[in-house]
Amino acid sequence: MAVAAGSDTGSNQVQPKPGKIGTSESQGQGKRAALLVTPAVILLTVVIVYPLIQGVLMSFQKDSGLDPATGMFVAGGFAGISNYTHWLLQQCPTPSGEMVSCPPGSLGAQFWPAFWVTIFFTVVTVILETVLGMWFAMIMNRKLRGRGLLRAAILIPWAIPTAVTAKLAAFVFAFAGIVNAILNTEILWTGEEWPSRFAIIFTDVWKTTPFMALLILAGLQTIPADVYEAASMDGATKWQQFTRVTLPLVRPALIVAVMFRTLDVLRIYDLPAILTGGANGTTTLSILVVDQIRQGFNSAAALSTLTFLLVFFVAFLFIKFAGANVTADHQPKLEKVK
Amino acid sequence: MRARKTIGAALATCAALVLAACSSGSTSSGGGGAADSTQDARGPITYVQGKDNSNVVRPLIEKWNSSHPNEQVTFKEQTDQADQQHDDLVQHFQAQDPSYDVVSVDVVWTAEFAAKGWLQALTDKLKFDTAGMLEPTIKAATYNNTLYAAPNTSDAGLLYYRTDLVPTPPATWDEMIADCPIAQQNGMGCYAGQFFQYEGLTVNAAEAINTGGGEIVGPDGKTATVDSAESAKGLSLLADNYANGNIPKEAITFKEEESRLAFESGKLLFLRNWPYVYKLASTDSTSVVQGKFGVAPLPGLTADKPGASSLGGHSLGMSVYSKNKATALDFMKFITNAENEKFQLTQGSLAPVLGALYDDPELIAQFPYLPTLKISIENAIPRPVSPFYPAVTKAIQDNAYEAIQGTKSVQQALTDMQAAITSATGGS
Repeated sequence: MAVAAGSDTGSNQVQPKPGKIGTSESQGQGKRAALLVTPAVILLTVVIVYPLIQGVLMSFQKDSGLDPATGMFVAGGFAGISNYTHWLLQQCPTPSGEMVSCPPGSLGAQFWPAFWVTIFFTVVTVILETVLGMWFAMIMNRKLRGRGLLRAAILIPWAIPTAVTAKLAAFVFAFAGIVNAILNTEILWTGEEWPSRFAIIFTDVWKTTPFMALLILAGLQTIPADVYEAASMDGATKWQQFTRVTLPLVRPALIVAVMFRTLDVLRIYDLPAILTGGANGTTTLSILVVDQIRQGFNSAAALSTLTFLLVFFVAFLFIKFAGANVTADHQPKLEKVK
Repeated sequence: MRARKTIGAALATCAALVLAACSSGSTSSGGGGAADSTQDARGPITYVQGKDNSNVVRPLIEKWNSSHPNEQVTFKEQTDQADQQHDDLVQHFQAQDPSYDVVSVDVVWTAEFAAKGWLQALTDKLKFDTAGMLEPTIKAATYNNTLYAAPNTSDAGLLYYRTDLVPTPPATWDEMIADCPIAQQNGMGCYAGQFFQYEGLTVNAAEAINTGGGEIVGPDGKTATVDSAESAKGLSLLADNYANGNIPKEAITFKEEESRLAFESGKLLFLRNWPYVYKLASTDSTSVVQGKFGVAPLPGLTADKPGASSLGGHSLGMSVYSKNKATALDFMKFITNAENEKFQLTQGSLAPVLGALYDDPELIAQFPYLPTLKISIENAIPRPVSPFYPAVTKAIQDNAYEAIQGTKSVQQALTDMQAAITSATGGS
């Protein structure tokens, strides 16, 4: 999951600006460069652009329906935007053909709840992971005895596959599990709405804070020590050093880390799928997509296109307004801050 | 994004899907009515099934192969996850893959695959004889009054009870609830099944609804008929007893394994579960109920009729794209003959579909639960045989869960269930 997630995000980001390399230094070698880049472009087209277009095309087809005479499925035909209105307006057809709001227990009724719970998970886990990750990174950045060991210890949760973490968490949060035993409580961690959400958030934060810490640590290590020396000469307190020196200088790395995590949580699937199965108000958009695939591909294609647009939009916001810079180096940003 | 990738994988087959969907309008697919040379053809075939955990399939195939040198069977093993097996079959059927000849079909997939035109109807030349097989297992393999698969293994729910605390098992829900003070005195929960929101809840809720006399969909497999007084009576058995504590509150986090472990650690007086628990509860070193439990048919509403179990198990389906259907049919007959049904029971504890095996004293000595299981299967009602099963089960799970939790009244849950099933199966 970790590797797959990283490469996905990476390719999405890199893709829009392939031309930059050619413009600056290698003017004379443009042809050869183009030749060398071609296989990569073809590969990206085949594995990213083609499925994307095909998915969008599918989303405008109706799912197959049952022919009442034969009891056999027949193709649904062109759907227009009805697959999209089905999700966005939560409208379901009745046997007589009119549209009514989707009844509870149908997937259509779960779009907006799934959307908001996904946003909720994203906001809460990213905030917690950023604060904790910052703290961990600063500890790891100190020169202290056993620093290697400390770094390794902090990174362990990140090294465990999410599916395994989720399964472990399911045991930990079981009714007869460790959490209830330690707290001496009888909470149904996977049987009620808020405990379920808490369990998911707790596990996700436990697992991915190290990732955040690692990216922030990389940023911290680019800050030269003499900046701090100068600051303390000028009489800055530790807190002032943190807010005036550390934060601005680590900001580029921090934004990238926050963006990666945000995009990651927006498509969270495996952790809630294994820990709660989407029960008790923990169905995220990705879980909904997978559920829908079993009920009809074309409607699922529309839903996954919507999910893609959401992720794309958020990534766009980050790059446009928060100044996340994932392709070039960080140098210009640093100078601007100073 | 994981979900996008799944779609991406499906896209490889999606072109085929579009083509298949278009062409199915003009040619008659699925019914296999037209003269079809593949129906007489013999030759090598492939058998597809989920992970062969207890080494049942391989010996059977070896046995077949040694006597059929020109009709060799190759075994294609899938994963042990039901969802993945389902999706794998769907992808191969969509690609019209002729190399999937005989496939193992979960009873709840039969209608979907049949309605898509992927399963060969077992009629005329390819008639499969179901004589001696238990009625509900045949029903589960039948869609639109046509047999689309050969019943192979079965499964049904049993009521496990503590013989040291309850000498005679309850025949009705009333009797069972009357025994609940015994559980209270011993500081244990009274009754539990699988009430977490997943496929197991569909099984348990359908059992309650059917026991109450209700039904989920009509005989056509798509008309919702669940909103009735009988269904309300059935679902209330679960909702009321959860509300008053006869069903312990942790039961809404129970799947099969959690409920088994609770019973084995002495925390439950009565448990609804599948036959596989019998051996584990008798032999697990951590089980405190060894030698102290028995099995009975699920409790009914009245003493003259046991509760209606849901039906589990697998059937053998023949792909319409198979090139050697005569061989495929022979192989299906071979797997399901008495000798090999018996082997599947003794080797893999798989419940047979042949009624006679349940009366075999030798087998009963080895599997003491067989006579009870037979009663349970005979009274079983298959989960809705509907081509829209994924939507139907979702509608049942979501609403039954809220009814048991008490966040929704039983009546409201049934009304919503009815509406959700109608919208999934009717609108298209």
